[in-house]
Amino acid sequence: MSRKLTQEQYERTFSYRFLRWLDGARDPYLGQVEMKPQKPFSEDGQTIAQRQEDRARMRERVYDLENNILVRVFRRFYRVFSLLFCVFLVVMLLAAVSWLPTFGQADNPANNEVAARYIEDGLEETGAVNIVTGMILDYRAFDTLGESHVLFIATCTVLILLRADRKDDREQLWSNDRVYEPKNDIILQTVAKILVPPILIFGIYVILAGHLGPGGGFSGGAVIGAGLILYLNAFGFAKTERFFTQKTYRRMSFAALACYSLAKSYSFYTGANHIESVIPLGTPGAILSSGLILILNICVGIVVAGTMYTFYVMFRKGGY
Amino acid sequence: MAFVQNFPFFSILLSLFSGPLAFVLNAKGARRVNLAVITAAGCMSGAVLAYVLGTGEPYVYTMGHFPAPWGNEIRVGVLEAFLALFFCVIMLLSMVGGSLEQKLELEESKQNLYYVMVNLLLCSLLALVYTNDLFTAYVFVEINTISACGLIMIKQTGRTMEASTRYMIMSLLGSGLLLLGICFLYDLTGHLLMSNIKEQVQLLAESGAYHIPLVVSLGLMSVGLAIKSALYPFHAWLPDAYGYSTVSSAAILSSLVSKGYIVLLIKIFYRVIGFDIVRETKVVHVLFVFGIIGMIMGSLHAIGENNIRRMIAFSSVAQIGYIYMGFGLGTAEGVVASIYHVVTHAATKSLLFVAASGITDASGDSLRYRDLTGAGYRNKLAGAAFTVGSLAMVGMPIFSGFISKLLFSQAAFGHRYKMLPTLVALAISTVLNAVYFMKTVIRIYTPVEEGQQEEMAQGRVITAREQPAKSVALVCFIFLNLLLGLNSEPLIRLIGQGLEKFG
Repeated sequence: MSRKLTQEQYERTFSYRFLRWLDGARDPYLGQVEMKPQKPFSEDGQTIAQRQEDRARMRERVYDLENNILVRVFRRFYRVFSLLFCVFLVVMLLAAVSWLPTFGQADNPANNEVAARYIEDGLEETGAVNIVTGMILDYRAFDTLGESHVLFIATCTVLILLRADRKDDREQLWSNDRVYEPKNDIILQTVAKILVPPILIFGIYVILAGHLGPGGGFSGGAVIGAGLILYLNAFGFAKTERFFTQKTYRRMSFAALACYSLAKSYSFYTGANHIESVIPLGTPGAILSSGLILILNICVGIVVAGTMYTFYVMFRKGGY
Repeated sequence: MAFVQNFPFFSILLSLFSGPLAFVLNAKGARRVNLAVITAAGCMSGAVLAYVLGTGEPYVYTMGHFPAPWGNEIRVGVLEAFLALFFCVIMLLSMVGGSLEQKLELEESKQNLYYVMVNLLLCSLLALVYTNDLFTAYVFVEINTISACGLIMIKQTGRTMEASTRYMIMSLLGSGLLLLGICFLYDLTGHLLMSNIKEQVQLLAESGAYHIPLVVSLGLMSVGLAIKSALYPFHAWLPDAYGYSTVSSAAILSSLVSKGYIVLLIKIFYRVIGFDIVRETKVVHVLFVFGIIGMIMGSLHAIGENNIRRMIAFSSVAQIGYIYMGFGLGTAEGVVASIYHVVTHAATKSLLFVAASGITDASGDSLRYRDLTGAGYRNKLAGAAFTVGSLAMVGMPIFSGFISKLLFSQAAFGHRYKMLPTLVALAISTVLNAVYFMKTVIRIYTPVEEGQQEEMAQGRVITAREQPAKSVALVCFIFLNLLLGLNSEPLIRLIGQGLEKFG
């Protein structure tokens, strides 16, 4: 026995809406997504004139192309010479590479006692199942300490270059933010809602399991950073700024780098002065093992995630 | 192990840590931290120098629980400790001397980032001086490059943006070549630690195996570092970068950043390859030729310059030429002369930049020559300091430059092919130096004539009390120069002693 629905009730069912969508009678975008049509790219006459004037002034004043024979000759010379130089460099490097030891031979100079100890004793000495992590965060930790500061200082230079601190700059940039793109895109938001939590959790997993398997701070941090950028794109700055502002980034990266420096200072100091380190290595394979490596991975992960996100925000609107 | 032996490690980690610290502080706090860190690092380097002079032997400091070929290590000798101390002193004086400009020229909210750059630059210089590991050196070369870019562009004018773009492109080319060289060397020797590479390279040289890649690797590293330290044909980035960035940046870049790479090159010659093998390859001749060309061409460019800061910058190109010429001689005396010139040039060039900023302050912030007329009377201390710096650069006795020119000619003396070109180039370069530096000194001490006033930028009188920080820095710089010029004997002995144990 079937139940008869009134037209009104029928219109509210999923199957009715699905059929209409299938027929193309209903556009899921209309009335749901805030759409702004893209403006065609156009410049007013003033800007064009300004640009042409600038270029002409550049030619006249700075290079003085008509009268300055040296510059003209140099330009021609430069084109030829740069090509020749590149060809020379390519040929020289290829020739030099052909004289190097054959790749993959067992008796190559690179297969010496250094690599042997990393592979044979790495697990025992660092407690990390993933010997690459053991190498970069324990055997050669000083290099990695420098490397994470390279990321930090790169962010600082991007901040110098792109952060809009003057009020008028900021207002202009912030009002310009994504004029040409749809806001509150339902598809993007739904996908982000489904994808962002697994991405973040996966990133955290990659960081935490860096000493157990492939992964570590650099790769895990990049995953988390990508997740944050996706979230930002779907939901806008209003949502992300509730938990991630510039102040958060400052404190986070300071805390992470300070923790990194302190932890490594301890191990460098004890190592150089032949003091027994009190940090236990734990059982290899357990999550809480391999001494400081887990903490260092977390610090590196925080720095990398913050760096990626900050780069994106700076390039998009110059502040957050 | 004595507690003092920890100091190099402390100073590196302290300056590294102060980078992120300045990031969370405001401008004032960051400035204080910066000055405190440079002072602390300087004091520690001084203590280390005293200790190493006492024992006379360099020592190795393991960074971590794993000994040398597996872990990282740093190596501290007389030369390293002295250079670290000297770099700290110059950096401190440059930062103090330009503190006024840092406040005025940089955007208030970004000033703390400036100190982040300076702190990490100090860290990278210390690490480059102390490290005994080729890859660690590369990592800190990266930090050095990026922070130098930041130092140039933080003034945020069109010229500095252009200059930092140029600097970045050239410098990345240099870094790339250096990295390729290191990769080649690792493939041939299987080590990254400098002392171990040297053992393997000696074996390779004896057996004659892999001769070509070895030479290519040495060439790549030398050319990479030459580009980064602005040897003559690769100097295109330099004049704008030094000429338009803020004063402290210009002083630090010219006297420290390029010198860090030169120290690394000496390290590669002595500790990684071995100077005998370097001499057997033709690399030294190439450096010699480019050094000589740089000595002359840099000065010629400087003569044609109508902007005082750019003129000083072009003079740096000539001085870098001197240093590479010293390497090119291929003798220990030549390298000692080069290292002495590194010291002289660092002390003098930072003095000149700070003094030039005092002179231009008194001339309505104009850099053009015409506006500088009589500036030596308007700002007496800066005028005197500029004169001292110019005389030192030209090589007048009692100032520091004289000693280094003397050392260069002594090193060249008796050399079979290179004596004549070196002496001739030194003579020509000295005359050219005198032309443009004395031209400037005469200009700033020419009284302003009647009727000339309207054409010039509006100048004003500046007393030494008005800019106390700059005055203190200038007085210290002058004394440093006189000290280097009048009492050079112990320093030359120290460099010689350090270089003997450097390899």
